[in-house]
Amino acid sequence: MNKFLWPLAGFLLLVVLLGVGLNLNPREVPSPLVGKPAPAFELPQLQAEGKTFGPKDMQGKVWLLNVWSSWCVSCRQEHPMLVEMSKQNIVPLVGLNYKEVRGDGGIDVPADPADEMKLARKRANGWLASHGNPYVLSVLDNDGRVGIDYGVYGVPETYVIDKAGVIRYKQIGPITPDVLKQKILPLVAELNK
Amino acid sequence: MKKTLACLMLPLFFWIAGLAHGNEARPLAADPVAEARLQALSAELRCLVCQNQSIADSNAELAQDLRNEVRKMIQSGKSDTEIVDFLVARYGDFVLYRPPVKGLTLLLWGGPLVLLAIGLFALIRYLRRRELQAEEAAPLTTEQARQAEALLNTPEPKA
Repeated sequence: MNKFLWPLAGFLLLVVLLGVGLNLNPREVPSPLVGKPAPAFELPQLQAEGKTFGPKDMQGKVWLLNVWSSWCVSCRQEHPMLVEMSKQNIVPLVGLNYKEVRGDGGIDVPADPADEMKLARKRANGWLASHGNPYVLSVLDNDGRVGIDYGVYGVPETYVIDKAGVIRYKQIGPITPDVLKQKILPLVAELNK
Repeated sequence: MKKTLACLMLPLFFWIAGLAHGNEARPLAADPVAEARLQALSAELRCLVCQNQSIADSNAELAQDLRNEVRKMIQSGKSDTEIVDFLVARYGDFVLYRPPVKGLTLLLWGGPLVLLAIGLFALIRYLRRRELQAEEAAPLTTEQARQAEALLNTPEPKA
């Protein structure tokens, strides 16, 4: 009897292991940046031309950094929720516009960076005008260099940054209502204490 | 008329086609050693977007950006370890196709050895048991020996 039960037990174990493996999301890569200071940057602002912004400007505040772009399709999924959240003034949301021109297939990138900047502003502002602007401000990362520092590999991504400028949470992919209610908002409330 | 139009369109077509390649990373033809290092390094690094390709194989934009980044670091004289550390600090051990041996990956590295040990243990136990059974088996009685002999000597039936 035992002889036949062993292979069966082995088989069931394998089924359980494979079942768990199938239900994991391979896109969810644990970020090594959680618990580390948010990488410094100084990028031009989208609306206030001539002004720049860096994480140090938010020192002493709990804030969210949301990576977005007008060509990003799944950004549209989370965007209405972000707009809704921004109306409630819970937490300042800063937008990091990632490769606005280059990210969109990269076939119509102007050779002159100044032209690229102009085009990026036009597209980003146009998108915010039609979808709503939940951001206190957005910055333009045209070449994606800051994105690399933040380990961005799929837009949208969202970072919760505490008063000391340390990344406390990273959301890869669109924020879902569950994630917002169960993870981000409680974490923001706790960090604000 | 159609021909003239086609003649006018052709240069436009080439211009657009040329535009599409205008921004692609130019290989360091001038420095084959650096380019070889870039190849070797990026073959060891996983592309985060298309997870089963290395940065060397992938055509995803992020992979191109990262190749450029690695290229810049090679040019500025960074060592391989420094470059790999740079990427691990941003994307985690996941970018490495050869994850480092540590607590979390012990099962990954040791698992096959453990399975091999279990297999060897089971094999040895099985062989021993078979040997014991063979020793314990009682010798044949004269009657059984005669039957066996008769069976062995029976000519095979012709098909």
